[in-house]
Amino acid sequence: MSSARATADAGASVPTGTRRAYRDTQEPILGGVAAGLARHLGFPVLWVRAGFVLAALLGGFGIALYAGLWWMLPSDQRFETAAPGIESASRGGRRPGRIRRLGDVGPAIALAALGFGGILLLEAVLGRGAVFWPLVMGIVGVALLWRQADEAQRERWLDGTGRIEPMRVVFGNGGWASYARVAAGVGLIVMALVLYSAHGGSISLARDIIVAALLTVVGLAIVIGPWVYRLAADLSDERAERVRTQERADVAAHLHDSVLQTLALIQKNADDGATVARLARAQERDLRGWLYAGESTDERTVASALRGAAARTEDEYGVSVEVVNVGDCDVDEGLRPIVHATGEAVTNAAKHAGTGKVDVYAEITDGAVDVFVRDRGRGFDLSTVPADRYGVRNSIIDRMQRHGGSAEVRSEPGDGTEVRLHLARQPRQEDDHE
Amino acid sequence: MSEQRGPVGIVIVDDHAMFRRGVRAELETVGRGLVDVRAEAADVDEAIAAVTQHRPQVVLLDVHLPGGGGVEVMRRMTLTGASPDTRYLALSVSDAAEDVIGTIRGGARGYVTKTITGPELVQAIGRVAEGDAVFSPRLAGFVLDAFSGSIDVAAVDEDLDRLTEREREVMRLIARGYAYKEVAKELFISIKTVETHMSSVLRKLQLSSRHELTRWASDRRLL
Repeated sequence: MSSARATADAGASVPTGTRRAYRDTQEPILGGVAAGLARHLGFPVLWVRAGFVLAALLGGFGIALYAGLWWMLPSDQRFETAAPGIESASRGGRRPGRIRRLGDVGPAIALAALGFGGILLLEAVLGRGAVFWPLVMGIVGVALLWRQADEAQRERWLDGTGRIEPMRVVFGNGGWASYARVAAGVGLIVMALVLYSAHGGSISLARDIIVAALLTVVGLAIVIGPWVYRLAADLSDERAERVRTQERADVAAHLHDSVLQTLALIQKNADDGATVARLARAQERDLRGWLYAGESTDERTVASALRGAAARTEDEYGVSVEVVNVGDCDVDEGLRPIVHATGEAVTNAAKHAGTGKVDVYAEITDGAVDVFVRDRGRGFDLSTVPADRYGVRNSIIDRMQRHGGSAEVRSEPGDGTEVRLHLARQPRQEDDHE
Repeated sequence: MSEQRGPVGIVIVDDHAMFRRGVRAELETVGRGLVDVRAEAADVDEAIAAVTQHRPQVVLLDVHLPGGGGVEVMRRMTLTGASPDTRYLALSVSDAAEDVIGTIRGGARGYVTKTITGPELVQAIGRVAEGDAVFSPRLAGFVLDAFSGSIDVAAVDEDLDRLTEREREVMRLIARGYAYKEVAKELFISIKTVETHMSSVLRKLQLSSRHELTRWASDRRLL
């Protein structure tokens, strides 16, 4: 969303303590390490991926590095917050999920083909090694298990109830994909061990190692298992409780500040239809911004400044102004005239058009800002406007021309009015001279 | 349209009983003779049952629904194939771009907000029933945003770079609040052509995954 992106950009320019790297869990090919690293370092993700592949040729250094980073880097999922209404609807399962497409499978298929080709190539170069195949299978198995751990972890974060159950720790929310991953991972590792012991490596040694390892794990589990389980249960209970409390507090605070106050005002003004409509409209705008879009109405970006101007006109004149914007950028001195001219045009429409509705469309590209303000009111004939009336001429047309833009007013009596504003955006360095 | 088909049969799907009642009352007064409300449903399962049983021409579909949202209803109806001619009109209070475009990509023929007036809603239902797309100015804005890459389409979907200049112009005028017939007048084309452009925008939004995979593979010389 444009406003969210603008905030993120603004946040990036302000130094905020330490910058941390995360794994990108949105579009992972393996574990999202390369994507996350690319975002952190500011390189194209292709370079990072190529770097890993090249480094992998240096005696597998790249692979080890990738695995190490996968292990060490936290994933970014838990740091994302959406608007409360969206989050609540997601938790309740009332939102459309991400549509999985065959296209998403493409990278995985290519990766598998690439990996298989690499193995064949290595085999051709190195000859058939007894250790080689088991090693590859083992690595693939471990990678699969790890991938599943990612999935399970992510689902745990997304899950609001916060209970930690052994099954869910391993399988997440289930589904054939996760069962298949775990089964394939375990199978591959076991097969690798079997292959290894069958080729040269002595079976009895491998068996002894496995038995010893298993015994150690079982022993540890018996000793500290109950304690770990209790701790985990306590932790998850506490976390769930904290999340619940915070959510309640957020919602309560917002309802108190906005909806309750408005309802009280509406009760007092129940006879005054215009006031009730105005209050309801303002409240709807506010609540909608809070729940869904997170759209601000401050003066920081062009879109939010236009929304702010529209909101003020709505409140003042009791009309509804719908703002649609495409693209966004920060407000600088060069762009302020078009914001003011838009405000003036919207106010004119609200005052004179005599209809309850004004449409504002703003298109902000790298080269220019275009704004269209349209109403379907009574319209007027521009040539009959007396020369001593300055509203349109001064605040809209002249203002835009003074600042290197243009304005056009198209109006026909009975057919409504449209004001078209156009302003080219100056290159960055010229802003300082203004 | 030329043939007289009588009132358009519709099913209202929304999890808020009060809202359903409001829409129904509105449609029964404003849309008398034009719209016939056959059933209501409150969640995905009820919606499936209602659509399968009543076979409406148009389903008014809320985006946020218990059981997976409006997209799930369309997906499962497509799977069962019980009522293939039914069209879906998303009626939502949500302004989030990913909800709106996600629903359109899921197969809805249009999107209107819940603040829409009764007559406008009746008109929108009529247009969807005739096979046309309904774009509100806001939806047109989202579409332009999605195709220009300035909203985060990772959450919606990728591969959205192919609107023709004409389609873009049409969407721009719709976003500016023009009605279809005003768009036609402004661009010196017929209303039918405007509707064709809208339908092809819709088709591009719902672009099938097969195309995407083929393109992806041929870009990388895998084919």
